[in-house]
Amino acid sequence: MDALTIHRLHFAFTVTFHYIFPQLTMGLALLLVVLKTMALRTGNEHYNRAARFWARIFAINFAMGVVTGIPMEFQFGTNWARFSKSAGGVIGQTLAMEGVFSFFLESSFLGLFLYGEKKLGPKAHWVAGFLVFLGSWLSGFFIVATDAWMQHPVGYTLGPRGEILLSSFWALMLNPWLLWQYLHNMTGAVVTAAFAMAAVGAFYLLVKRAEPYGRTFVRVGVIAGVVASVLMLFPTGDGQGKNIAFHQPPTLAAMEGLFQSEEGAPLALIGQPDVEQRRLDNPLLIPRALSFLTYQRWKAQVKGLDAFPQDRWPDNIPLLYFSYHIMVGLGTIFIAVMALAALMLWRGRLFAERKVLWLLMLSTPFPYIANTAGWITAEAGRQPWLIYGLMRTPEGVSPHVSAGNALFTLIGFMGMYTVLAILFLLLVYQEIERGPEVRS
Amino acid sequence: METLWFMLVAVMIAMYVVLDGFDLGAGIAHLLIARTDSERRQVLRSIGPVWDGNEVWLLAGGGTLYFAFPALYASSFSGFYLPLMMVLWLLILRGISIEFRNHIDSLVWKPFWDVVFGVASALLAIFFGAALGNVVRGVPLDKANEFFLPLWTNFGIGRDVGILDWYTVLVAVTALATLTVHGGLWVALKTEGELQQRARRLALAVWWALLPLTVAITWFSFAIQPRLIASFGARPWGYVFPLLAIFGLIGIRAMRPREIPPFLCSSIFIVGMLTSAAFGLYPYVLPSNLDAGLGLTVYNAAAASYGLKVGLMWFIPGMLLATGYFVYVYRSFAGKVSLEEEGH
Repeated sequence: MDALTIHRLHFAFTVTFHYIFPQLTMGLALLLVVLKTMALRTGNEHYNRAARFWARIFAINFAMGVVTGIPMEFQFGTNWARFSKSAGGVIGQTLAMEGVFSFFLESSFLGLFLYGEKKLGPKAHWVAGFLVFLGSWLSGFFIVATDAWMQHPVGYTLGPRGEILLSSFWALMLNPWLLWQYLHNMTGAVVTAAFAMAAVGAFYLLVKRAEPYGRTFVRVGVIAGVVASVLMLFPTGDGQGKNIAFHQPPTLAAMEGLFQSEEGAPLALIGQPDVEQRRLDNPLLIPRALSFLTYQRWKAQVKGLDAFPQDRWPDNIPLLYFSYHIMVGLGTIFIAVMALAALMLWRGRLFAERKVLWLLMLSTPFPYIANTAGWITAEAGRQPWLIYGLMRTPEGVSPHVSAGNALFTLIGFMGMYTVLAILFLLLVYQEIERGPEVRS
Repeated sequence: METLWFMLVAVMIAMYVVLDGFDLGAGIAHLLIARTDSERRQVLRSIGPVWDGNEVWLLAGGGTLYFAFPALYASSFSGFYLPLMMVLWLLILRGISIEFRNHIDSLVWKPFWDVVFGVASALLAIFFGAALGNVVRGVPLDKANEFFLPLWTNFGIGRDVGILDWYTVLVAVTALATLTVHGGLWVALKTEGELQQRARRLALAVWWALLPLTVAITWFSFAIQPRLIASFGARPWGYVFPLLAIFGLIGIRAMRPREIPPFLCSSIFIVGMLTSAAFGLYPYVLPSNLDAGLGLTVYNAAAASYGLKVGLMWFIPGMLLATGYFVYVYRSFAGKVSLEEEGH
């Protein structure tokens, strides 16, 4: 393996592992605010205990998110020095803003939220919870703003030595790519948290333990889940798709497995892209649907990969195609599962319907897979560019960090994260086993 | 503008070392001073609500460095690749050992994480010290202002330097001693009784090692890095920084019967030492150890002036807010720790 491949795997591995945790905490922060609001409005201690249980799960995930997040910021400098040197003046803005505006907020008030409930009293404790939510969603904003700039660079000029200079701060903040990507990403985080909450509730109902809490968790999880799953598809997913169609047309063609340009292009539900033969094997197609979804006209022309020079094609078309299809496929299933559960909840039958509770419980891993697949779609879709249209990926790597040194630290991270994953599962299992009823 | 950002980044790094320094120091000290599970929990409790916020200064300082001096960030982070990766692993181990220790009540689980916590804290102090030593000594920058250093070569400071040589190891040991004193004083400030006595005794005992170490690294720094003499010669008002360090170092001992003043003095000592180094190197932020004509300065490493100007617009209100949260949180958790009111 050459150094570039190892550096790319290094980032891909560490960021994929990292994002397991923030996607839950960002979504859960919102659901914690919901539970604390219910506690404040009803004055019922039940909701406070429910919130405390999820705060314990939150704390474990947050700690994991923090310790695996620090390497992300460092790697911009360690493994991608040339990229940092030329683009640091732009994306350094958003990364520094994340530190200044969200990490301080989040960490300060999480300490108060976890340790200071008695000292603060109910209202101030609600405020602390709300500020944790605000901090985590701001953090998501600045990170997505950074990625959005790499996907669709705006507000810059090129200096005399080719360095990238920020020319408009507001263009960076109001990047047209940013709005949909941010909303799509944050809604995805709510989906993960809603499924997790519903699953734990379903587990308690199935084993007939802590059932009042089980019902609360299922109710909150399902209501949040049905709303978020629908928002994933429309308008956020649709908006994000149009961004790609408009600004990264070769990426859209690769995601859809469309090798030839077509008027009235079909939408491929399944099939395997064969890049050598330039065709989709074993396809299941909906005629003209891709044209309609992209341009709202059944006969609109959609450009296939053949419309672009091959050096602008994403460098891993099968990965891009499959990750996109996994994301969309799972997203569709989430809507079905949550709509079914919401219907039964509305009819008052859900808590006794064991089959649906089983379904909810076993669904937990899939939002994680869908969110991960979504990010792989975004990042593999950006290739072969590091900054779309501006800097190719091989140009950004650290020139003096050898393949051997990079492999050494990649193996180190793999070992470290294996241990972390085992510990994480053990501790979360233990909290669920201990249950929400324990006195703190 | 570049100089202003240099000062802001220096302040953030100094804040990081003072704040995370005491919880690193508490980690180093706790294996030596806390004997029972209850005492260990008191030490952890004294940093539990704040360590994560303290570490944010590293992230925010790193982010600020990235945006204000991208060339420095790129060059130093890739050049110090291996030790930085190890720092990351240590930060991970240390973070989870604090957070996960009290989740399982077992005679195997807790002592294991206590040792991980102590060892990772000590190694981090050593790595940070070595990093500072490397910056003062200079690194073998090439024409593009890039470099790569192995962990060690022959421990000499000649042409083929490694990250660890006799000088940087000496700075590392000094950093270890500094943070042990700092952390010991913090624990003494936050606890009572036997534990408090032991923490104070440890801090004052290590102080006797810190004194000669400080003298030694000051002497060798001036001998190795000629820019220091040049800077202090050209701008004698800069002696205020080393004087601050001396005041802090003596103050730790002079005010030892009291609780808060020695801790503040140790903070002043840390700030004095770091600002002395920053002042002495300025305008260099990463000098070359081979060719005095090369090196990264605040000018050739800084981002474009538009970005630096616009950055001030959000940095100042943002940091005022952050300082507000910090004051509020520290006030909320002021006073001695007690084990009755554990949150979760």
